[in-house]
Amino acid sequence: MGKPMTMEKSMSTERLHDARASWRKGAFFRKKVLPWLFVAPILLINITVVLGPALSAGYYSLTDWSGIGAANFIGLDNFRRILLEDSSYKSAFVNNLIWLGLFLTVPIAMALVGASVISPIRRGALFFRLALFVPYVLPSVIVANLWRTLLDPDRGIMGWLTDQGVPGTDIALLGRQNTVLPTIAFIDNWHWWGFLMVLFLAGMQNISRDLYEAARLDGANRWEEFRDVTIPGIRPVLVFMVLMTAIWSFLTFDYIWILTQGGPAGASEVLSVLVYKNAFQAFQAGYASAIGLTMSFFVGIIISIFIVLRRRGWEI
Amino acid sequence: MMRASSTKSKGTRELSLIPNYTILSLFLLFAIGPLLVLLFNSLKNRAELGNNPLGIPTSITWDNYPRAWDVGNFSTTTLNSAILVAGTVAAVLLLGGMAAYSLAKLDLPGGNGLMLYLLVASSLPIHLFLVPLFFFWRQLGLVNNLFGLILIYIAVNAPLAIFLLRSYMVQLPRDFEDAARVDGASEWQVFTKVVVPLSWPGFLTVGLVVSLAVWNEFLLATVFLTDQSKFTVVTSYYNFTTQFSRDWTLTSAAAVMMIAPILVIFLIFQRQFIEGMTQGGMKG
Repeated sequence: MGKPMTMEKSMSTERLHDARASWRKGAFFRKKVLPWLFVAPILLINITVVLGPALSAGYYSLTDWSGIGAANFIGLDNFRRILLEDSSYKSAFVNNLIWLGLFLTVPIAMALVGASVISPIRRGALFFRLALFVPYVLPSVIVANLWRTLLDPDRGIMGWLTDQGVPGTDIALLGRQNTVLPTIAFIDNWHWWGFLMVLFLAGMQNISRDLYEAARLDGANRWEEFRDVTIPGIRPVLVFMVLMTAIWSFLTFDYIWILTQGGPAGASEVLSVLVYKNAFQAFQAGYASAIGLTMSFFVGIIISIFIVLRRRGWEI
Repeated sequence: MMRASSTKSKGTRELSLIPNYTILSLFLLFAIGPLLVLLFNSLKNRAELGNNPLGIPTSITWDNYPRAWDVGNFSTTTLNSAILVAGTVAAVLLLGGMAAYSLAKLDLPGGNGLMLYLLVASSLPIHLFLVPLFFFWRQLGLVNNLFGLILIYIAVNAPLAIFLLRSYMVQLPRDFEDAARVDGASEWQVFTKVVVPLSWPGFLTVGLVVSLAVWNEFLLATVFLTDQSKFTVVTSYYNFTTQFSRDWTLTSAAAVMMIAPILVIFLIFQRQFIEGMTQGGMKG
């Protein structure tokens, strides 16, 4: 910036004018163009992979596209089919809601308990934090298969319980329509809750010790401490993770696909499974795009609820 | 849980934590127990596994490991996964680092708009763009092509990388860069010679988190790599467990071989991993 200015005095008016013009041109390049050159490569890749196909999914959702060849425009027919004809869509949507209910309660409760029992201890705190986090770094295929063997009705934990004479354990949890979805949620949660716990723990460690002292002087017991000090103290993390859980519950795929592919008889089908099956097995890419669009719609609704509540003055 | 009294000696304080340690031990058993069973089963022969599917092996056999390595075609799949990880991480660090530099240090005009775009792009469901992307990639010949999948991984991991690196670079004092600029360094030189060396812990964190994400990734790998010779360790394991679903000695040995490197690297860099993953979670 300084260079052209210091040279000014030794220049003739004409040359000064030129220098100023080229400096201005340089400034335009340096301030407006160059920063975008640094951003351009990764932005172009992201637009090609994410934005472009996402927008074209909007168009294909209005067609009968098979994935190969031409796509005929059929208006809102795919959405009519979703709303009125496709019973598998309804049951998949209900399964997403069940999944949402399970994940808004079980892992959050487990993580809150875990974090609040680790938080006050000194000895072994790091060890426990690490050990409980370990399942989160494992690949889904390994976790899924490990638990498939552990829950095997003949040889796994269930088989062992049956051998011990525990009644009602002689069942294939993943093979029955009424147990399959909670069982997959249990397996997914085994890998997930430790991550949540570490987030909550980080939040709890930022709460001032003085607040707990004050609560104790007021005669609060541990439950009251937890309710009145801990929960408000980690509220930002808690609310954010409730939001993310709600979003992810509509997108869940890996564990269900790996363990049952939506079976038995569609009992564990969720929307993402329908997208996959319609696109890559039934070759109804247009219809699959329409389902994918409805998934984004639900995510959009959740984010909007969050924003509206925040505007209304909820401290979230 | 026990009531905490305000006058406590050190001894009773330790004592009052007994419920905490009890609960933690149960959680520990829940989290690590299954992994021990996996390790045990990988060291049993098939006859013993039939009699004792959950307990400690009475005699140890190592045969399952070389057998799983061959049957699972690990020499090919490990190479494929390594190429995917290396390619993605190199590109995400270079290109994401450049974008982060521009946002943090060059006052990118429209920077807030870009941040908003990245936020939206990172919260779009993969299933929304997956279908058109697949058929588009197939036209371009990028299906069953490691480079094609690397491009997708770069795009998907870009927002996280840019957010984390940007937040790291914003904290760097401007003095160093300005000194370099006065000495006539170009912005590219400022980036590579000044900002990158100063923010390498951020690059390390992002590199580790992205490596793990790519190594473990299932959905995109299963859709875009359908040819057996292109399988990753993860998709190959998925295929392998459907083929050998009843031979738990083999599937357990394969699983241990896949987990071991992850665990070793995780334990060495646990601080960076946890920091990167929790911040990534917090930033969507």
